[in-house]
Amino acid sequence: MSWVLVLPLAIPFATAILAFFYRASRAGRWISVAGTALLLAASLLLFTQVFQAGVVAGQMGSWPAPFGITLVADLLSAVMVLITAIIAVAVAIYALADIDEAAEKMGYHALFNVLIAGVLGAFLTGDLFNLYVWFEVMLIASFGLLVLKGGREAIDGGIKYVALNLVSTILFLTGIGLLYGITGTLNLADLSGSVAAADPGLLTIIAMAFMVAFGVKAALFPLFFWLPASYHTPHFAVSAVFAGLLTKVGVYALIRMFTLVFDHDIGFTHQILLWVAVLTMVVGVLGAAAQGDFRKILSFHIVSQIGYMVLGLALMTPLGLVGAVFYLIHHIVVKANLFLIAGVTSRIAGSTALKQIGGLYAFAPLLAFLFVIAAFSLAGFPPLSGFWAKFLIVKAALEIEAWIVAGAALAVGLMTIYSMTKIWAAAFWSPHPDGIEPRLSHFSVAERRAYLWPIAGLAAITVAIGLAPDAFVTFSERAAAQLLDPADYIAAVLGAGGTLE
Amino acid sequence: MEALLAITIGALVAAAVYLMLSGHMLRFIFGLVLISNAANLTIFTAGRMTEGAPPLIAPGANAPPEGVANALPQALVLTAIVIGFGLFAFAVTLVWRAWGTLGTIEADEMRAAEPFPEEPAPK
Repeated sequence: MSWVLVLPLAIPFATAILAFFYRASRAGRWISVAGTALLLAASLLLFTQVFQAGVVAGQMGSWPAPFGITLVADLLSAVMVLITAIIAVAVAIYALADIDEAAEKMGYHALFNVLIAGVLGAFLTGDLFNLYVWFEVMLIASFGLLVLKGGREAIDGGIKYVALNLVSTILFLTGIGLLYGITGTLNLADLSGSVAAADPGLLTIIAMAFMVAFGVKAALFPLFFWLPASYHTPHFAVSAVFAGLLTKVGVYALIRMFTLVFDHDIGFTHQILLWVAVLTMVVGVLGAAAQGDFRKILSFHIVSQIGYMVLGLALMTPLGLVGAVFYLIHHIVVKANLFLIAGVTSRIAGSTALKQIGGLYAFAPLLAFLFVIAAFSLAGFPPLSGFWAKFLIVKAALEIEAWIVAGAALAVGLMTIYSMTKIWAAAFWSPHPDGIEPRLSHFSVAERRAYLWPIAGLAAITVAIGLAPDAFVTFSERAAAQLLDPADYIAAVLGAGGTLE
Repeated sequence: MEALLAITIGALVAAAVYLMLSGHMLRFIFGLVLISNAANLTIFTAGRMTEGAPPLIAPGANAPPEGVANALPQALVLTAIVIGFGLFAFAVTLVWRAWGTLGTIEADEMRAAEPFPEEPAPK
């Protein structure tokens, strides 16, 4: 049944259109919440189906693959769709308090839902050119959201984000053109077989074009500079959804392309990915150590954490991919949550600059508690989700005796603790420099609910992953097995024989 | 024909990179327009050149004759042009807004989001 594949795309678009028409009234925000809740239900449906019955594929307009556009969900796609829907609900609720009426009138809720649709489309498509189109949907919505706040910082950050992402998009497009030129197909499942006949040298060159294009999206070293230049400038709800989802679409695309299509010369391509991943981890965490702003520190940590996920892919061992999948699930939840917490902090303490805030532990202990869960999970403290994620990656590195890589991964974990304790010490532990008492009771009841429920919900997921890692590791193992042996994926798209009649 | 197009694409990319590296946002946008057209030409060329055989289906037939031009790259290029046009419209507007808000579109002077750390006062 292909309608389970279409629902997660149709719902956010329908929500966006409705929210756009009601943007001038308060109804827009509730449409957004209802739409994302519906989306979550649809995603659960899709996830259950893929979890129980294996890969689901559907051909749009009933054009048989590889001629038409294919939508396909394997376990990785399905879990990414589910986690995206969870983040969408959390941020839609958070936006009730965080987004001002001016931004709503300019169409915040519509743009937000289009962004979610773009992200989900990228996860669900089985066609390379269609992936490009979803990237553009996501990109144009993110451009709008980024500059919605206006003002010097947002415009400046927006310019850098727009410029570098457009360059990456064009490189992606060139890669698609060349890949089509040597294989004659754009369907991912079909490509997986067709590349075997292609000249491996040419294929490696094209793989590099894709690696750079997705590397910009995923914020890999040395292509990540747009991220810390822009992620601290928009509304907090916007930066949370960006931090949670956008770079992960790049990582997803890398995982998809470099397991399904470009696995012809692992010794070369994945070796490059490996060192890029290590440098991404190290440079990101060092950049974070040099910052003195809540959101800027978190932005650099996105870069650093992306390194771990790509490291899992670069190792290309079963355990490495398990780690990458597990890390993706854990990271999206934790990172979005930290940005949401930064937003509440800024509202009650007056700033995100660490020098200008303080006293949150004394006056807002609940927020402090929720921050500790997310921050320690990010740094990899047992028994939180980040510990298991890092454990899997490091174990995968040790298994193939990549000592330097494993050492770097552990050292970066330590440095992450340094940054998190820096935030803790300045924002939570020390008294507020201006003597302000940052209390949650400054908010109205409705605002407090809208701020705290999403944060508490995401923190609960983090704890749940941490306390019951078995289920998630088993799931990641199944997802990784599908990635390493894409026979099911190909059969679901192209039919049982794997080829056309 | 392929060689000629390949050289054109190379020239477009070279000019685009030069413009994009010049440090002025307006030139950057012009560079972007050039390089995206280079990408479109790449798709077009990589889809094989066929001379004088449009992909038309004769009345009564249900498939085009052998050896017609490949219509798919043209569809891809058309999509890319449409999407690219929208993105450039946005980018130009954004640069215009930046000119109004920041007072400069020289990349080196645009530091609003990432100000230099305050220099310690000279002793």
